[in-house]
Amino acid sequence: MSEILVKNKDIVVPGEKLAEGMDYLPGQGAYRDGENILAGRLGLASVDGKAIKLISLAGRYSPKKNDTIICTIADVNFSGWRLNTNCAYSAMLSMKDGSSDFIQRGADLTQYYDIGDYIVCKITNVTSQKLIDVSMKGPGLRKLKGGRIVKVNTNKVPRIIGKQGSMVSMIKQATGCQITVGQNGLVWVQGEPKAEILVVKTIEKIAEESHLSGLTDRIKVFLEKETGTKIEAKQGDNHGV
Amino acid sequence: MAYKKRKDNRGFDESRPMSAEVGVIKKADGSALFKVGNTWAYAAVYGPKDLYPKFLQNPKKGVLRCHYNMLPFSSGSDRVRPGGSRRSKEISMVTQKAILPVLNLDDFPNAVVDVFIELPQTEAGSRCAGICAASMALADAGFDMKDLVSAVSVGRVDDKILVDLDYAEEAYDEGPVADIPVAMLPNSGEISLLQMDGLVKKDMIKEALEKAKKACLEIYEVQKKALKAKYAKVK
Repeated sequence: MSEILVKNKDIVVPGEKLAEGMDYLPGQGAYRDGENILAGRLGLASVDGKAIKLISLAGRYSPKKNDTIICTIADVNFSGWRLNTNCAYSAMLSMKDGSSDFIQRGADLTQYYDIGDYIVCKITNVTSQKLIDVSMKGPGLRKLKGGRIVKVNTNKVPRIIGKQGSMVSMIKQATGCQITVGQNGLVWVQGEPKAEILVVKTIEKIAEESHLSGLTDRIKVFLEKETGTKIEAKQGDNHGV
Repeated sequence: MAYKKRKDNRGFDESRPMSAEVGVIKKADGSALFKVGNTWAYAAVYGPKDLYPKFLQNPKKGVLRCHYNMLPFSSGSDRVRPGGSRRSKEISMVTQKAILPVLNLDDFPNAVVDVFIELPQTEAGSRCAGICAASMALADAGFDMKDLVSAVSVGRVDDKILVDLDYAEEAYDEGPVADIPVAMLPNSGEISLLQMDGLVKKDMIKEALEKAKKACLEIYEVQKKALKAKYAKVK
């Protein structure tokens, strides 16, 4: 006799019983204890066939290979730059991966990136001890000039980007701002001052309400009301990152 | 003379009125407020983050640090001297040990998670309130936890076994008193904190622990409700 005790999108707390019996499998964030499947953290329950997993609602960024993140330069040394990644571990950008230009040995690296600069980079490697290597070689990877940075809960980043970038392109379309979303929860916005503020407000609203259904429609209504113009439905252009 | 009735007309098995709230400190990664009677505990979680000095780092998993602190005006009588004391150091340590069995920090080598517990007002049972608040704050911060931790102090006043002693009961002077703080993993019933101060008989401890288990399940419901309430509605 197996039975699921939660509904899809229910909020569950650590130790809460999700299902009874051996017919179900614990997915990410859940664990089995004897006959029962229990929640291993706070999250949204998600039932997918026989597997029950949890979608995280909180927690700091955990670095993953191939993530595009926004960092600040924390330190400059002989062979590269040390970066603040908005998580517990700093990243290393080596001279070789820092620029497509040839950099002379002993050159002043602050000419490329100085302390406090924001850059968009890609994680190339993460070790078991959480040493992070990043690279600046790739489309869209660059130093950020001007604009402003918004910090959000990293678990909300997929909601800000939306399916195939639909959410972020809707915000771009409504406000005329340039937006870059880093997987580590930093978002860069540049545009007219008023529009920038609207983007910040919208992003905060998404972060607060992302676990409730009908998010895209609510954000669309919000943006239409704030800008006073109607938003045409448009295919996502996948410019989330 | 036997102890007949509690001062605030509570039943012997009854806790003081409890309430809890999550996300009370916006800047923290996770936070909670737990109130039981006149004892209030705020807990704020920061981290995982860099740990220095370096010799404290553990390359295999993250480190949990708890800080228990009573505010100078929190006690009913004398001013509490600010800063750490022998007592606060002990309680910080037992809080950490009460929470570690549920918390998984394997994903954060060399890093630290800080839990700050501040008590703006206290009337006995403060370490238990602190543990309840800390476990909620850690859950709110999104850590991997196999369970929450609920804590209550049970005890013996004269010939009676009481749940959730207040200050007057701890200070009862017409007979023997024992104060037994207990922290429990409510779903498995495992005990992660058990201290005792006073005089007590073996069968009294057994009875007290049974009552503590029941009280912890009530506390767990309060904690659960507060964690879920944070995400309940559109603002």
